[in-house]
Amino acid sequence: MSLGKSALRWIDDRFPLSIFIKNHLVNYYAPKNFNFWYFFGSLAMVVLVIQIVTGIFLVMHYKPDAAQAFASVEYIMRDVPLGWLIRYIHSTGASMFFVVIYLHMFRGLMYGSYRKPRELIWLFGVLIYLCLMAEAFFGYLLPWGQMSYWGAQVIINLFAAIPLIGPDLAVWIRGDYVVSDATLNRFFAFHVIALPLVLLGLVTCHLVALHEVGSNNPDGIDIKKNKDKSGVPLDGIPFHPYYTVKDLVGVVVFLMVFTFIVFFAPEMGGYFLEHNNFIPADPLKTPAHIAPVWYFTPFYSILRAIPPMFGSQFPGVVAMGLAVLMLFFIPWLDRGAVRSIRYRGLLYKSWLGLFVIAFLLLGYLGVKPTSVWGQFGGWLGGADRAVVVARFCTLIYFLFFVLMPWYTKIDKTKPEPERVTF
Amino acid sequence: MRKKIFWAVFVCISQSVLAAESDLPLDKADIDLTDGVSVQRGARTFVNYCLGCHQASYMRFNRLQDIGLTKDQIERNLIFGNQKVGDTMQNAMKHEDAENWFGVAPPDLSVISRSRGADWLYTFLRGFYQDLEKPTGWNNLLFPNVGMPHVLWELQGVRNLRSDPDSAETEKLVLKTKGRLSHAEYDMLIRDLVNYLVFMGEPVRTLRVRLGILILFGLSIFLILAWVLKKEYWKDVHHQLN
Repeated sequence: MSLGKSALRWIDDRFPLSIFIKNHLVNYYAPKNFNFWYFFGSLAMVVLVIQIVTGIFLVMHYKPDAAQAFASVEYIMRDVPLGWLIRYIHSTGASMFFVVIYLHMFRGLMYGSYRKPRELIWLFGVLIYLCLMAEAFFGYLLPWGQMSYWGAQVIINLFAAIPLIGPDLAVWIRGDYVVSDATLNRFFAFHVIALPLVLLGLVTCHLVALHEVGSNNPDGIDIKKNKDKSGVPLDGIPFHPYYTVKDLVGVVVFLMVFTFIVFFAPEMGGYFLEHNNFIPADPLKTPAHIAPVWYFTPFYSILRAIPPMFGSQFPGVVAMGLAVLMLFFIPWLDRGAVRSIRYRGLLYKSWLGLFVIAFLLLGYLGVKPTSVWGQFGGWLGGADRAVVVARFCTLIYFLFFVLMPWYTKIDKTKPEPERVTF
Repeated sequence: MRKKIFWAVFVCISQSVLAAESDLPLDKADIDLTDGVSVQRGARTFVNYCLGCHQASYMRFNRLQDIGLTKDQIERNLIFGNQKVGDTMQNAMKHEDAENWFGVAPPDLSVISRSRGADWLYTFLRGFYQDLEKPTGWNNLLFPNVGMPHVLWELQGVRNLRSDPDSAETEKLVLKTKGRLSHAEYDMLIRDLVNYLVFMGEPVRTLRVRLGILILFGLSIFLILAWVLKKEYWKDVHHQLN
C-alpha cells in the first residue's frame, strides 16, 4: 500500500473523509443539462472565499477608529505592499457578490428552483441575501468617507421612523446620538466577526439542504424518476469530475471579468467606489446627493416612491422592508403546474419579464435624483416623471408577488418532457 | 437635535438639493499619466503653489520616484522645509489660522482627483476671476464664492467677468492685466498640475494597468486549458446513450 493510501486509511478510520468526498462530490449526481445560469452558485462560493481572504489582510492594516479610519485606508492604498490590490479586490468583490447573487436568484425564479421539495434551500438563500445586505451595509461605513457616513446615517434613520420605539432604537444602533466612533467600532465588529460567521453557517445549511434533495435543472423535472438498476439517475452525472471541470471554466471567465474591473476600472465609474467617498466623513457637511451603493438602489427607490403619510416616512420604510420579505413567500405563492419557465405559459413569462424590468428601472432611478427625467406638464400636476415611474414600478414589483397564486394557476402550461433536454 | 438630523437627511434624499456649485460644463483635462515629464512639471507647480496652504498628508515625497525622479532630485528641488524624503506632504499652516483666513481650512489634496475628477479640477483652476466684493478679491465660475484666492494670478493674469453677459462671445471672462504666461501656456500648466493631482490620487495607477494586462494574459491561457479539460471530460456525457 502506498504512503498516500495508508495515510488516507489512517484518516478514514478516525474521520469520514472519503465518505464525505463520495457523498458530496463523486456520488452526488447532478442533472447533466445545467446551462449558463448554473455557474453562479459556485461563483458565489468563490466570491465568498475571496472576500474572507482579502478581508483578513485588510483587517491587519485597517484602524476602526473615527480619527484614523480614512487615513488607514489610504495607508493601505499607498504604503502597504500590494495593499491597493487587496483593497480593490475586496471592494470589487462586494459589488460582484451582489451581481452573482442577483443572477443566482433570477435563475431560481426562472426554473422554479424554490418549488417543493426545495423550499428550505430557497429560504436559506434569502437569509443569505439578507445577511449579505447587512454585511455590505456595515462594511460600507468602514472607509469612513462622506458616503459611508451619510449612507449609514440615512439607513439608521429609517429605523428612527418606526413609531414609538424608533428614535431610541436608532440611538441604540448607533451607540450615540449621531453616527460616530462608537458606531464605527460596532459596525466593524459586525462586519468582520458576527455576520461572516452567520453567513458561513447559512451557506452550509443552503448546501446541506441542496445535497439532501438534489439540484433542480433548466427543465424543472425530477431526474430521480428515471433511475438505472443501481439507483443512479439516468440523466444525472457525478458532480466530480464533470461539474468541477465545467465550473472551473466558469470560474476562470469570472476571474477575467473580475480582473478587468480590479485593474482597469476599480471605481467602475463611481458605482463600485463612489467619488464622494474619497472625502473624509464630515458630520457637519451633508453631501448634496446621497445615493446608496447600486445593489441597494431598487429598494431605496421603493422607499422614495412611497409618499410620507401623517408626517411620517414609516410607510416607505415598511414598503422597503416588505419588498425584501416578499421573497420568503415565493415557494408558497407559486401554484404553477410546472417548475421551469420553459413549460410555463405567456402569463408567467410576462410577469417575470415585467418584474425584471421594474427591478432594473427602480435600481436605475435609485442612483439618480428624483428630478432626473424632469416634470410632467400641468395635466399631472407637474409631478416628477421619475417619481411616477418609480411608483408604477413599485406597484409592479409587489403585484408580481401578490398576484402570483392567481397567474401561475390559470397560466396555460406546456407538458413537461419525460427526460431532460440535453 | 435627533429630529433635526433626521429631517435634514430626509430632505436630502427626497428632493436632492442642488449643489452649491454651478453646473457649468466641464472642459476636458485630457490627462496622460504616461507623460512622465508632464507629471513632473505638475509636481513642481504643486509644491511651489499649492503646498503652502494645502496638504497632501497621505502622499510621501519619495513616492515621486514613481514618476522618474531620484531621491536626490526630490530633496534638492521639491522639499523646501526640513522634511525628510520619506515624510508626507504637510505644511506649517495651523488649522485655526487657515479657518480664520479663508473661512474654511484648505482641504487635503491627496485624493482630491478621485472625489472631484480631473475635468472638474482643470475647469476650476482655469475659472478664477477678479471680484472685489469677495474677501479674497477673487471668485470662481465653477465654484462660486470659493474661499480660495487665485494663487496663480501672476501667471494667468487678472480676468474680469464680461460686463455684457448676453454677448455672442462664449468666453465668459475677459483679460484685464496680462500674466507671465499666455493663454495656451497657462492651460498647459494647469493640465500638468491636474496630471500630477491624478497621479497623486492613486500613485499605483500606471502599475495597476500594466499588471492587469499581464494577469489577463495569464488567465486567458488558463482558460484555454480549462476549456480543453472540460471538453475532454464531457465527451463521455455526450456519448452516453440512454
